Parts: sequence; structure tokens; C-alpha cells
Amino acid sequence: MLNHAEASEKFIEDAERTTWHDETLWFVRSKRDKVSKLLPEWEALREQASLIKDHTLANLGQYLIEFESNAQKNGIKVHWAKDAQEHNEIVHSIISKHGGKALVKSKSMLTEECHLNEFLTKKGVEVVDTDLGERIVQFRNEVPSHIVLPAIHLKKEDVGETFHEFLGTPKGNKDPQFLTEAARQHLRGYFLGANVAITGVNFAVAETGEFVVCTNEGNADMGAHLAKVHIACMGIEKMIPKRKDLGVFLRLLARSATGQLITTYSSHFAKPRKGQEMHIILVDNGRTRQLARDEFRNSLKCIRCAACFNTCPVYRRSGGHSYHQPVAGPIGSILAPNFDKSANVDLPFASTLCGSCSNVCPVKINIHEQLWFWRQDLMKDGLAPLGKSLSMKGMAFMFSNPTIFKMAGYMGRLVMRFAPFIVNNSFNPWFKQREMPEAPKESFQSWYKNRK
Amino acid sequence: MRVALFVPCYVDQFYPQVAVATLELLEKLGVEVHVPSNQTCCGQPMANAGFASSTEGCDTNFFKNFEGFDYIVGPTGSCILHLKEHHPSEKIRSSVYEICEFLVDVLKVKSLSANFPHKIGLHQSCHGQRGLRLSSMTELNEAPFSKLAQLLDLVKGVEYVYPERADECCGFGGTFCVTEEAVSVRMGQDRVESHLKNEIEFIVGGDTSCLMHMEGILKRQGSKVQVKHIVEILNHA
Repeated sequence: MLNHAEASEKFIEDAERTTWHDETLWFVRSKRDKVSKLLPEWEALREQASLIKDHTLANLGQYLIEFESNAQKNGIKVHWAKDAQEHNEIVHSIISKHGGKALVKSKSMLTEECHLNEFLTKKGVEVVDTDLGERIVQFRNEVPSHIVLPAIHLKKEDVGETFHEFLGTPKGNKDPQFLTEAARQHLRGYFLGANVAITGVNFAVAETGEFVVCTNEGNADMGAHLAKVHIACMGIEKMIPKRKDLGVFLRLLARSATGQLITTYSSHFAKPRKGQEMHIILVDNGRTRQLARDEFRNSLKCIRCAACFNTCPVYRRSGGHSYHQPVAGPIGSILAPNFDKSANVDLPFASTLCGSCSNVCPVKINIHEQLWFWRQDLMKDGLAPLGKSLSMKGMAFMFSNPTIFKMAGYMGRLVMRFAPFIVNNSFNPWFKQREMPEAPKESFQSWYKNRK
Repeated sequence: MRVALFVPCYVDQFYPQVAVATLELLEKLGVEVHVPSNQTCCGQPMANAGFASSTEGCDTNFFKNFEGFDYIVGPTGSCILHLKEHHPSEKIRSSVYEICEFLVDVLKVKSLSANFPHKIGLHQSCHGQRGLRLSSMTELNEAPFSKLAQLLDLVKGVEYVYPERADECCGFGGTFCVTEEAVSVRMGQDRVESHLKNEIEFIVGGDTSCLMHMEGILKRQGSKVQVKHIVEILNHA
């Protein structure tokens, strides 16, 4: 597996596509800017959302139990899963009971996190992602490169080719409307035939035992309304205390995500309709571990709007797959080390710490500060390559000793002035595409000494 | 008022003219400036690379050089932000100032004798802008302001313009500039390109590290456009 820097380098090789990717996502960020500035209360809304989430996380156990009891009263079957494996097994056991061989699934980052598709496919169940972007990446045997726009790394030409291969659309046809219609017709059969529909959850309301699913395509609703069994999968951090809190989050979510005022569908699921079975699976999968870490707790406030992706200058120029995680971008980089530190040691370093992410975040997660904290945590755990720890120790030693610093600076400038080939070569990553700064004859300190 | 000039390590070694301009400008404004001679580095290169635990010697050295001053002023937003957020001494954290911040908030400068008859592109460095809040940012719903622009308004002849995406990062990012070389350079190239679209003669900012990065890219492209630290403009007669 390539690390972030290696994968990015490959991505950037196609300069034109990188420009297109960057500009497409910047367009989304600009739309977000426009609509957020139409609300004078925007910053107050962010603060309110942040406080509600802080409060909920501080009392998470109590709210989960309240939610469970109210959902059960509504006739929903509630399951608890401590990790991805347990979650996948629960889903499978429900499907087995109903004898389904195919199920429809609307977008759910949690099921991506749990690798549910892979698990069910191995058990002989066909999973059909019904979100258009998800279906495209599923055909291509890829993972989403963005949590809101899963196929944003692809151009319409790419989609045309994929649909030609899998849906038999005419070769070379790249008309978005035509291709979308082809996908609709293709998915219609699955919607009508599936016994089981899986959806994600955007918000679960403790007070009422209902959950809310926000989509633009209506595919979650179509699946849930047609199937005999509806399984909703959610991370335990999706909880909010009261229905009235929803107003705060629904106003922030779509504006932050795509610059829409609200998602096309904000569907409330409170109880199964007659003859339907409704299940909800509450998944921990490392969330309580993160909850216990002071520095990283508030990463659990995330409402998955992806504003931090769209604003991130690194993400826009490296693409989602360079993060090698279901959730990419800045938020993914602070969530991933919680799952596996050594496999994700590169991600907190895939940032200039510019701080844009923290300031677009609708729930005020201090993302760039957490990136910094993860860097400390991972290096303390000894996950740095040997060369890096040695050079850091060397630098720390030099900067602790003014005489050595002055000597090293003097020698360095001497080398750069009289033997520039020692630094201007392919072993110096700075020099590959940039000139080195010009080395002056004397340092400021030596100039200052002679000035008096 | 005891004021010390903090000269970050790489400014001392590679951009002495930035420190000279800072010193001269403060002196012109009637400030008696001390320059502790055994200063080295703020510790940020190690800390941002994940080795904050190794900066003890560096922090101690900084403390020894600067503990006796009311104000510690330096010409780089990034180093100042690091000290403000991470130096172990409360005394140090509360006395460090970025130069523009110091001129506007402490000295409350209302006039300068500077003259710089050129068109410049203003680069708002992230750590100065979002970290030290030297200017407003497009991410937030807030009234626009900029301490850098406020100071440039006091300079005769200068015309400053912002690039498209006024506060996008240039991609320097400390060790990021070599560990993520491809992204870093691409970000820098994009930043430089949007400045060049404005037909400027100089790219000007408050953080020498961003300028060093963009200068490296400009020079590799053979561009005539130069970089300058804002103090070099404010001190330009």
C-alpha cells in the first residue's frame, strides 16, 4: 500500500486532472461560503451545534439508553455492536432470517468503515449500493474518495466507460442525464426485488427514538419504503438529545456540505409500517476508546458534511484515495489513527496545519490541532522511521546549543555558496522542483555584532 | 518597555535582510531593541514533526535569552504562533508578538515614512491569519479586517492586491515541504500562478517561510517576480 505522500505524487502526475479535481471541490467550498454568509447567525449556529454535541458526548451513555428505550417503544428492534465484526454478523443474521440473496443499501459511511459489502459478498449476499456515486465506485471495485461525493475523483467520461462496461450503455456516451437514467432503470429492478434495505443514520433523537436520514437522491427512502426489512446502521456518536436540536444541525449540514439550504430529503423514521420490520444497530467500533481520549474526544462531534475535505488544499490536490481509508480528508486523518496507529501514521502528517478545516467545521472540531496532537502521540509510540528520529534529535541538540547552531549555519552557508552541488541534487527533495534560497555571506547575528 | 528582537533560525541564516529591516523599523519608531545573541530556534520544526517531546533544550535556551523582556517581537507569524501555543513558560507565551501585530496593537502606529512605488500581491500566511488572527478569513462569517493591509495603507506608492482564493495555503508547511514534496510544490505553483495573474512585481507576506517556498518556485520558473517580507516594505524609504 502506498502512503499518502507516494499516492499523492502519483495523483499529481496527471496535472490536468489535478487542476480539475481542485477546481471542482473549490467550487463546492465557494458555494458553502456563499450560503453560510447569507445567515447572520451562522457563527452562533456553529457554536450551538458544537455545544449540543459536547453535551451529548459528555452524557452519551444516558442518551443511548434513552434512545434505545424510546425506539423499542416505537417497535424498532435495537442491537448493540461492539465492533465491525459484530455489526456485520448482526446484519447477516437478520438477512439470513428473511432469506434474502440481494439487498439494497443507501450511502452509509459506517458500513464502509465496517467493510460490510466485502463481508456479505463472501457470505453469498449481493449488496447493491443505490446512491449513484456509490454505485459507480462499486462497479469499479473502488471505495468512495469523498464521504458526500463518493465518485468525485471521476469525470463523466470515466462514468460513461464504466456504464458501458457494466450497464451496456453506448460506448462513448458521457451525457450525465442519459447515464443517470440508465442507472435509475438498472436500480429500479433491485429496489422492487429486495427484501432488505440498509440505510445509514445522520441523527438519532434520544427523546423520540426516531432517526433521521439526509439524502439528495431519495434512494434511501425508496429502499426503506419498499423492503420488508429496514436495517439502519449507526455509530453511537450520531445521537442528539431532542428533536428541536435537529433544526440546528439540518441548517448546518447541507449548507456546509454542498451549499444547499437543506438536503432534498430529511426523512424521519420513527416506527415500522404495518408488516415491516425495522432494526437499528448501534455500533461502537472504537468510538468509546476515542471518547476516553481528552485530546481527540471532540472528533466524535463530526456530522460527516465533508466541508473539511472541500476546503483542504492538500485533499483537493491529492484525491481521496491517497488517504487509504474509508473516511479521507482532514477528519479522516484524525479518526484513522484510532483504528490503527501504525497503518495510518502518515495521515496526520498529510497537512500543512493551515487551519482552514477547523474554521469551516460546522461543529467546531479543532481538526488541525488534533492533527498536531496525533503527530506527538504517534511519534511517542516510536512509529517514526529511524532516519527521522535521528535527524529530529540532531536538530534538537543543535538548537539547544547556540555555538553549535552558529557553527552549523556558517558551514551550511559556506557549502551553499561555494559547493552548491552538495545540496542542489536529486537527494534533496526541496531542490527537485524549487531553487534553494541564496546563502548570504553573513548571518544576521554576525552582521549585528559588527554593527555596534 | 523592554523589547527583544527574536530572529528565527532560518531568517538569521538565509534572510538576514528581514531581521535588519525589522530592527531598523522598530528603531525608527523610537523603540530600543535588544538582540539576545544566543537565540536559536522556536522549536516548531521538531514539534510539528511530532517531536515536541524533544524541544526541551531549545525551549530552555529560548527562555534564557528572552525571559527578561516585556515584549518579544519577531518577523514570522508561524514561529510566533508556535511559541504562543506551545512554549512551556507562561511568561514567554504572553510576551511574544508578530511584528505587524506589535506595530498595530502595541505601538498603535498611525504613520510611517515608507515609500514603495510598486504593485504587490499580498500573501496572507495561514499561521498569521488564522492562528494569530492578523486578518479575517473567508471561512468565517465575519467582518473583513487585516493588520497587514492596515500597515500597507501607511506606505506611499504601494498598490497591493489579493490573489483569487485570498487565503489558500501556499503549501510550505514545515517539514511537509519535503515529506510531501509533490503536494507542497503543486500548492506553491498554484499559489504563485494566482499571484502572477495579477501582474504584480513582488509577492509580499508576513512569514518568511512561505516566501522562501514561493521564491524557490518563482526562481525555478525563471520568473522576474521577487518575494519580500512586509517589514522590508514598511522600512523602505
